[in-house]
Order: sequence, then structure tokens, then C-alpha cells
Amino acid sequence: MPAADIDIQKVAKLSRLSLTTEEAAHYEKQLNGVLAYIDTLTAHDLGDVEPTAHAMPVFDVLRVDEERPGFTQEQCLSNAPKRAGDQFQIPKVIE
Amino acid sequence: MSLATSTIAQLRQRLTAGEITPRDIVQDIAKAIESRNGELGAYLSFDTETALKEADAADKSLPLGGIPIGIKDNMNVTGQPCTCASKILAENYTAPYDAGAIQKLRQGGALPFGRLNMDEFAMGSSTENSALGITRNPCDASRVPGGSSGGSAAAVAGDIAIAALGSDTGGSIRQPAALCGCVGLKPTYGRVSRFGLVAFASSLDQIGPITKTVEDAALLLNHLCGKDGRDSTSLDVEVPDFTAGIGKDIKGLRVGLPKEYFIDGTHAGVSAAVDAAIKKLESLGAIIEQISLPHTELGVATYYVLAPAEASANLARFDGVRYGHRSSSATDLMEHYLKSRSEGFGPEVKRRILLGTYMLSSGYYDAYYLRAQKARTLIRNDFTEAFSKVDVIISPTSPAPAHKLGELKDNPLAAYLEDVFTIPVNLAGLPGISVPCGDVEVDGVKLPVGLQIIGKPLDEVTVLRAAHAYEQAR
Repeated sequence: MPAADIDIQKVAKLSRLSLTTEEAAHYEKQLNGVLAYIDTLTAHDLGDVEPTAHAMPVFDVLRVDEERPGFTQEQCLSNAPKRAGDQFQIPKVIE
Repeated sequence: MSLATSTIAQLRQRLTAGEITPRDIVQDIAKAIESRNGELGAYLSFDTETALKEADAADKSLPLGGIPIGIKDNMNVTGQPCTCASKILAENYTAPYDAGAIQKLRQGGALPFGRLNMDEFAMGSSTENSALGITRNPCDASRVPGGSSGGSAAAVAGDIAIAALGSDTGGSIRQPAALCGCVGLKPTYGRVSRFGLVAFASSLDQIGPITKTVEDAALLLNHLCGKDGRDSTSLDVEVPDFTAGIGKDIKGLRVGLPKEYFIDGTHAGVSAAVDAAIKKLESLGAIIEQISLPHTELGVATYYVLAPAEASANLARFDGVRYGHRSSSATDLMEHYLKSRSEGFGPEVKRRILLGTYMLSSGYYDAYYLRAQKARTLIRNDFTEAFSKVDVIISPTSPAPAHKLGELKDNPLAAYLEDVFTIPVNLAGLPGISVPCGDVEVDGVKLPVGLQIIGKPLDEVTVLRAAHAYEQAR
């Protein structure tokens, strides 16, 4: 089990969240508290137990490969914060 | 008397008899909302004009024909907002489609009417994490309604909705129903399509009814379930008539009391109310048996790994590109993501995204997520073993009655532990109901207590039968 010492700014960047110094200190303290509680899981020997991803397991859900109705272009674009014609507009990605 | 105080069953009877019209019902609910929502804060928005149009077009021959149902604000209904009580969706999102459960409701004749407050993205147990307003408990306005479906429960218990839909990831239907004094049912995982329900923790989320009576919960559940090809976890199983057990006795029903759920730390008044309920069930012919769910103590820790981990992945979609809040001050793409998300999400959502991201980050997956999935197996096996001996399992829904607004602010761990009795049911994917079982007097005010009845996978019929027998005898 890892030491529950979270590098909050690194995690924030992975989360695509920006935190002020005060926020970072606040969350770090709270999350370390929660992680310390979660460490109760380490007290149990779970080595050979099969993991459960879903309580009601269903596997290989397939559908017939045929044309079916989907969202229209207008539906998809209807909530775009910014659009240019029939496209989503975003800040420049490539310099 | 306002029709808003009625049950679905009562309204159906009067609609069929021609005494009232769907328009009358919508008008009475709109009036009730206008007079009481200022105090309760249960609804975030409601669109009476659309509801009246739909009421006039309603097919009264359908089982729920013309019955308005309040909707938690995390399910898409065409043309309506779907804010998830978050700033990130509040400004400019209008649902372009109906969720699978909403389509089923409409097929049954019901009208979705009104958007109900919740903890932001369903993360919380008090509705205090809503970024859009406070919801108050109809029994005591200084207290929380529970959560995350707090708006749904407050509206139903406060008689400003006939019935409502909630969603339950760790207790978010059952706990607010218990704290407000109404009925809340979480179906078996996979019963109800999650398509169009804004995802929190996909392996746990389930939509279900919040109602005034057990019979109404069965009536509403009849028009929510069924396989939906757009949710690969929705189950391809027969949908029974969930009212089949309503009115049947419970003689010989084997009821399990898990010793791990009757613990110190539960409010004395809650324990007393549940003890009285156990005696009542026994007097109705149920056979009470002590059972053990030995891995109960792992439940909350397991949940607070799985749910934030899944949430951190699900909420990655809020990137300010296709929908939702976009920061106006970003100059490059990274800044666009950072600012849009940081401005849009509230503190509890950020806390869980950070926690989930950490636990899924390189080097930590085996220690947290995989470990929690293994613990989940043990918790599920406990229930499988217990259900070889009993038909249903009962417990308090929540260890305490509704707390005061602000009481658990900034103590996330204490708030997380409120869900100790409801979380294992989600982890095991089982159906569970909360039904009112008396009250406890705190500071001179009577606060409701809920009895949780847990069933075998897909055995909602027995859960509803037991709940109804108890409700009628109480």
C-alpha cells in the first residue's frame, strides 16, 4: 500500500483542475484523511479474491451491425459553447 | 384539497372515473410549487406550459396516463435543462434527447414535470453540495432533506410532487426518502437503463422511484424497467408486474437481521423505531433470523475508492468543448481545460475527481481500485450467502435522522459514513427500499426514520410485498 501522501498539484494537473495554494493545502489535508480511512482495506488479505467490476455481470454485449438512427448534427451541436458553422470551435491546438 | 397531496393510485382512480383531468393535476402541482417551493427549494425549475400541453395530449387509457412525475436534475428530458445542480451545466445546456427511463415513463403515459435539486453530480448525502440552491427538509426547515436526491424526496414528502425519479449510487434514493418520510426504491443494478442519466459511478448508478406509498413505487417501477441497447449493462430479463405482491401477506417470510448493521453509533431513536418495526413484521407472521454480513466494515472504504475513481473518468467529458461551461479567459488548450473545469465544478466534485484521479494514477491502480474490486467480491458473497437463508434483509436506512444544515460542512469523512447501511446494497447490485417506520423527536421536532428492506437480485416483488405489508400494518 502506498503512503497516503498525495502530491496534490500533480494530481490536480492530471485531473485538469487548477488549484490555488490555499485550495491545494485544504484538499491535501482532507484527501489524506479520506485515504487514511480507505487504508482499512489493507488490513484484509485480499490476495486470491477475484475482483468484481459489475455486480450483475454481463459480457460481450453485441448488437446487430446495421444502420440505425442516431443524433443529428444539429442535436450534437445544439449545446456547443462556441461553434463555427457545423463544427465545434476550440482554442488553437497546434502552433 | 390540492391534487398535489394525492398518490398515483388515487389520481388514477379519479382520472378513470372522469372526476379530474391531467390538466387539473398539473395546475394543482404548479400552484403547490409556487406556494411552497420558496421555502423548500426542492425544484430548480419547472415548465408548466409544456406540462399543460402534454397533459392535454395525455392518453388516459395508459397505466400512468396523465400523471406528472418530478425528475431529478441529472436525467435528460428533451427541451428541458439538465444541470446536475452544477455551474458547469447550468448556463447553457438544454437536453436534446430523452433518457431511456424517461422514454419508458412516457410509454406508460406519465409526464415528466419539474427539475429537482440534488447534490452536484449526485455527490453527497444532504443536497448541500448543490451549486444552485439549498433544499430544506419538509419536516423541519432547519434540516437537510438528505441526498443526493434531496429535491425529489422533499418535493414528494412536502406534497409539491405526486412522485419523482431519483438516482442511487450509494443510497441517494433511499436515504433522502428516509430522512423526509417517504418511500424510495433502488432497483437491481441493470433493471433501469442508465442511458441519458448523467453518469457518476457507472457500476453503481441506478434510477428509481421516490413516492408517497409503497404501491406507488410499484406502479412507477412498472414503467421504468427493461433492456435498452444504449446501456450495455441494462439486463435482458423479464420485467414482472411489480404490483404482484402488493396486498399479499408475509406469513413465513424469512427476514434477516445482519448483526453488523445493529451497532453502536446508530441514533437511539432510530434503533427504537427499527426495533418496533421488527416486532411488527414478526406479528405479521415473518420469521426473524439473525444473520451476519462479515465484510460490512469494508463497505464505505470500498465505495470511496470505486465511486470517485469511476467519477473521475466519467467527468472527464466536461471539457468545455461540446457542451457545458467554457472559460472565457483561456488562451491555449490546456488553460481552456483547467479554467473551464475549475470554474465549473464545485468543491465536493473537485474533491472526488482528485481522489479518483490519484487512485487511478500510475502505480496506484492495484493498491486502490483493484483492491476495492476484490473487497466488493467479498461484500457481494456475504449477501449471496445470507440470501441462501433468508428472503429479505432489513436494517435502518440511515444511522441518524436528518442533521442541521451546515452541521457536517467541511467534514467529508463524517458525511461519507452516513451511507454505511446503504452503500453495500449498491456494491452488491441488489434492490433495496426505504419505507417510513416512525419518527424520533429531536429538539421538539419529530423527524422521520426509514426502514431499509433489501432483496435478492431481481426480486423487487418480494421487497415491495414486505414493505407494503409493513406500511399497511404500521
